Amino acid sequence: MCVIRVEHLRKSFLLDKTAIHAVDDVSFSVDEGEVFGLIGLSGAGKSTLVRCLNLLERPDSGEIWFDGLNLVEQDDSVLREKRCRMGIIFQHFNLFMRKTVWENVAYPLRIAGQRTKEIIPRVEELLDYIGLSAHARSYPAELSGGQQQRVGIARALAMNPRLLLSDEATSALDPVNTELVLSMLRKVVDDLGIAVILITHQMEVAKALCDRIAVMENGKIVEENTVEELFLRPRHAVTRRMIRGFDEDIPLEHFADLTSAPVYRLGFRSQTVTRPLISDISRRFNVDANILAGNINALVGGDVGYLVVSFEGEEEAVCGALSSLHEDGVEILKLEPGNGQNNGVGLHAKEEVR
Amino acid sequence: MNEFVRATLETVYMVLTSSIISVVIGLPLGVLLILVRPEGLRPKPNLYRAIDVTINVLRSIPFMILMIVVFPLSRLLVGRATGTTATIVPLAILAIPFVARIMEQSFLEVDYGVLEAGLASGATIGQLVRTVLIPEALPALVNGVTITIINIIGNSAMAGAIGGGGLGDLAIRYGLYRRNSLNLFVAVAITIAFVQIVQFLGRLIENRLRRDGTSPAL
Ligand SMILES: Nc1ncnc2c1ncn2[C@@H]1O[C@H](COP(=O)(O)OP(=O)(O)O)[C@@H](O)[C@H]1O
Ligand SMILES: [Mg+2]
Repeated sequence: MCVIRVEHLRKSFLLDKTAIHAVDDVSFSVDEGEVFGLIGLSGAGKSTLVRCLNLLERPDSGEIWFDGLNLVEQDDSVLREKRCRMGIIFQHFNLFMRKTVWENVAYPLRIAGQRTKEIIPRVEELLDYIGLSAHARSYPAELSGGQQQRVGIARALAMNPRLLLSDEATSALDPVNTELVLSMLRKVVDDLGIAVILITHQMEVAKALCDRIAVMENGKIVEENTVEELFLRPRHAVTRRMIRGFDEDIPLEHFADLTSAPVYRLGFRSQTVTRPLISDISRRFNVDANILAGNINALVGGDVGYLVVSFEGEEEAVCGALSSLHEDGVEILKLEPGNGQNNGVGLHAKEEVR
Repeated sequence: MNEFVRATLETVYMVLTSSIISVVIGLPLGVLLILVRPEGLRPKPNLYRAIDVTINVLRSIPFMILMIVVFPLSRLLVGRATGTTATIVPLAILAIPFVARIMEQSFLEVDYGVLEAGLASGATIGQLVRTVLIPEALPALVNGVTITIINIIGNSAMAGAIGGGGLGDLAIRYGLYRRNSLNLFVAVAITIAFVQIVQFLGRLIENRLRRDGTSPAL
């Protein structure tokens, strides 16, 4: 069931009389039990988009459907009620520094006007869930970053939200705490079946958690796909730059400049990732496969891998090798020479052959 | 009654009353300022500019001048232009803009993200002010009030020179005019002790409030 549906959302800011289109005609929807990733480089408009979703920022136009209502048309009192059905966690945790852990978690309940009698068991349950019962009387400044973010998660979950918004929730954490918070979020999704919109500029965070990913650039969603498909067949330059961002130092297109032979990015799904396909075609079609780069990624749905390969040999032999790979389910993308900025046209082997 | 005891009580009365009045009016003004700032939660740039200019003008008037200027107002409000009660009027008038500004500065130190977290939890602006803005800024607010009271003590001593009563009046009449340096010394010593006590109590409360691991008091 669809938890939130966003239609043609726009938000721009005026800066020195020029309009910055921070969110530019964005549409998407997220289902129950789904983790939807929004990735993009810094300045892409991700934070503005989340702040529009809970109407902390008023969008210029567009619709946000949540709980059967178009939030954009609601008055303040309805918005406040809906906001707490939409938990949010932040990059810098944004805990109330002068309230104890207990009071931080209790805050949304108090604001909702619940009685202390009802609040106590709920807060205790939440603190137990995040494993910080022993720190109930501590102040946030006495906790590590990872612990603070767990308090943030408990506060966001206090009102039993249907949707959890996470804006760079792990970006301020070290790898160990990132791991901890991510597994906590995974647990939340599995236990509660709520929807999550996970915003990050770190591809490794998105790939560890997301079912589906949208890539943002200049306020627009430029590409949206399941994680596996995105890794197999990244269509947009930003996507490829972000995928390589965490495992390589140079853009894939760079490899096309290295050799005059055609260079391909071969994407392997979980079924093909372990098979010796390259040595197989090498033998059968008499082409030399020169492997320039490669990687395997563990994703939620299974492992995917890719190789950057240049083929040398008769043109026909190379075509034959490519169609054989295509039949085996390998995603093939021809990398055009350039400075790494070009979009790299996705070519299916079949089209190549003709 | 001993002259010194009477003068001290007068000063305490003047200082406390005008401090309370200035905080009761200045704190809401500080909240208003932070909300209507151009980048605030309820931006009203014109209103902000108007209050901002008024505060700056009031704060640049020397206390003596202000006291004379508000003689008619004092007469209107408390029935007389001189004396302890009458002096409360200029003391409070000068302290209100000071308190408003110092509260605004304290509120500015509260991280915007923390306010956003409050709003995202479903708080109204009023709830946000009461449950997040003021509590989060409290140590800085206490510090601001301490500075305000010390300023008022200084001004109240000055008020003594033109018929304001209290320790300043005592120092001038008994100390200066009668050339009794012992009296002058005692009046000054009591004033200094008064400032020290306020300073000490302010620190104490502030330090207690900061026992949450956030930044230590200066
Ligand atoms: N309040 C604002 N006023 C002016 N410009 C803003 C404001 N908030 C964001 N922007 C601009 O909108 C763009 C998107 O910002 P943001 O949503 O923070 O991106 P991201 O979270 O992806 O890094 C940036 O160019 C930023 O400068
Ligand atoms: Mg951001």
